[in-house]
Amino acid sequence: MRGRSAPVLGLLLAWSATAAEIPVSERRSGFDAMSPDIQAMQQDEMANPGLLWLQDGADLWGKAPSPDRPACAGCHGEAGASMRGVAVRYPVYDAATAAPIDLEGRINACRARHQGAAPFPRESRELLGLTTYVAAQSRGLPIAPPDDPRLASARAVGKALFTQRMGQLGLSCAACHDDHAGRRLGAALIPQGHPTGYPLYRLEWQGVGSVQRRLRNCMTGMRAEPFANGAPEFVALERYLMDRASPLPLETPAVRP
Amino acid sequence: MKGFRVRGTLGSVLVGCAILASGVLAEEGAVTGEGALRPVAIVGSEVPQSLTETPGDPVRGRALVADRTKGLCLLCHAGPFPEERFQGNIGPDLAGIGGRLSAAALRLRLVDGRALNPDTIMPSYYTLQATTRVGAAWRGRPVLEAQEIEDIVAFLGTLRDTRTEGSAL
Ligand code: HEC
Ligand code: HEC
Repeated sequence: MRGRSAPVLGLLLAWSATAAEIPVSERRSGFDAMSPDIQAMQQDEMANPGLLWLQDGADLWGKAPSPDRPACAGCHGEAGASMRGVAVRYPVYDAATAAPIDLEGRINACRARHQGAAPFPRESRELLGLTTYVAAQSRGLPIAPPDDPRLASARAVGKALFTQRMGQLGLSCAACHDDHAGRRLGAALIPQGHPTGYPLYRLEWQGVGSVQRRLRNCMTGMRAEPFANGAPEFVALERYLMDRASPLPLETPAVRP
Repeated sequence: MKGFRVRGTLGSVLVGCAILASGVLAEEGAVTGEGALRPVAIVGSEVPQSLTETPGDPVRGRALVADRTKGLCLLCHAGPFPEERFQGNIGPDLAGIGGRLSAAALRLRLVDGRALNPDTIMPSYYTLQATTRVGAAWRGRPVLEAQEIEDIVAFLGTLRDTRTEGSAL
């Protein structure tokens, strides 16, 4: 049961804007502030550790889940052609469930609807691999939010969550990423918080993680209870973050400290 | 003049209600004992009265300020802590702060800086403030306990913009 509209509505009512959004011309990827050696690691095809996950995803793309069901490639063919430009649009509106859906959710929906297969758990090697593989086909393309009025409520909910004080420390995403980007929080330089590189390899994780893993980390830092994996609140936040990041180019698989 | 407000009692009432509303019987002492907030009287831009009977200990206060999982201060502030690497720069430098603000003013800044600046990013350390989705481990308690606030106030009072401030402790 995920009946969350009531508290979300409450949030919307409680929200009062203080932070100013970052103007399009001033939007910067977290990449720009990284040290040259980590930048080089991201850009070097041989050194980027995310490429191991990408390779897993490429293998899964061509592999039938069972003898009588098609592989992803069976329906979509060459990912380089059919998947180019997909990730820069997500999350999108899914007519079948009448709700917004993110890229991981779409991959699992394809598994259920067309492959008769169980969903991959969030943060599993398989789902991270496939998501990385699909997203990497859009590497270098500008993030392009879909012009779809059915996403309006997700956008509003995402923005309300972004600006709402949360957790024991009473911080908000906007307090750090709109108001104090570029400042030092202890050892960490606060980035503008754009989801341009996900799934990405984080040195601290020693692995690839999804954007929702990143958001969970930030919420734990605020001493807030993170939303569940795949929760509609996270999808709404992702929608708002992608709007807020456009038209920065997609970097998947990025590398971050 | 902000007038006179009593916090804490309100906080305790809210905690009490939450416990009753969730159907869990309040244990003896849960509302008045450990975990409940002591009353805090804000007068103008100060909290003149100590939150506890025991005077603050500046040595403990210094350790709390430097502790990145308790006081959290150095995540946002720099200060005279030559041994601490990676001090933050979100808030003002704390060097000499004891010469600029009285103990009573420092106390309000720590207890609930939002009484001074409603939009501040600095956490309110001694309120059960109106915030949502508090993590399970942190629910129903302030960021710091009353004695810890007093320890930090005592330490900040020693920061007087001399070359040796803080390190003399
Ligand atoms: C107290 C400060 C703070 C708060 C509050 C905060 N973040 Fe972050 N965030 C950071 C820092 C610092 C990083 C950089 C990674 C690191 O070093 O931990 C980061 C990284 C990110 C990134 C990744 C950027 C990249 O280049 O990959 C995103 C996206 C993000 N945050 C979104 C959010 C959202 C959404 C919220 C609220 C739910 C939030 N953050 C709350 C400090 C914060
Ligand atoms: C998340 C960031 C953050 C944390 C954590 C934080 N502060 Fe602050 N603090 C600020 C900011 C920003 C200001 C500037 C005033 C404002 O925002 O209203 C400030 C102001 C102050 C002031 C007033 C300074 C002046 O010159 O008037 C004092 C004193 C202070 N902080 C002490 C502390 C102490 C002690 C701690 C830890 C127990 C702490 N702060 C934790 C961000 C923070």
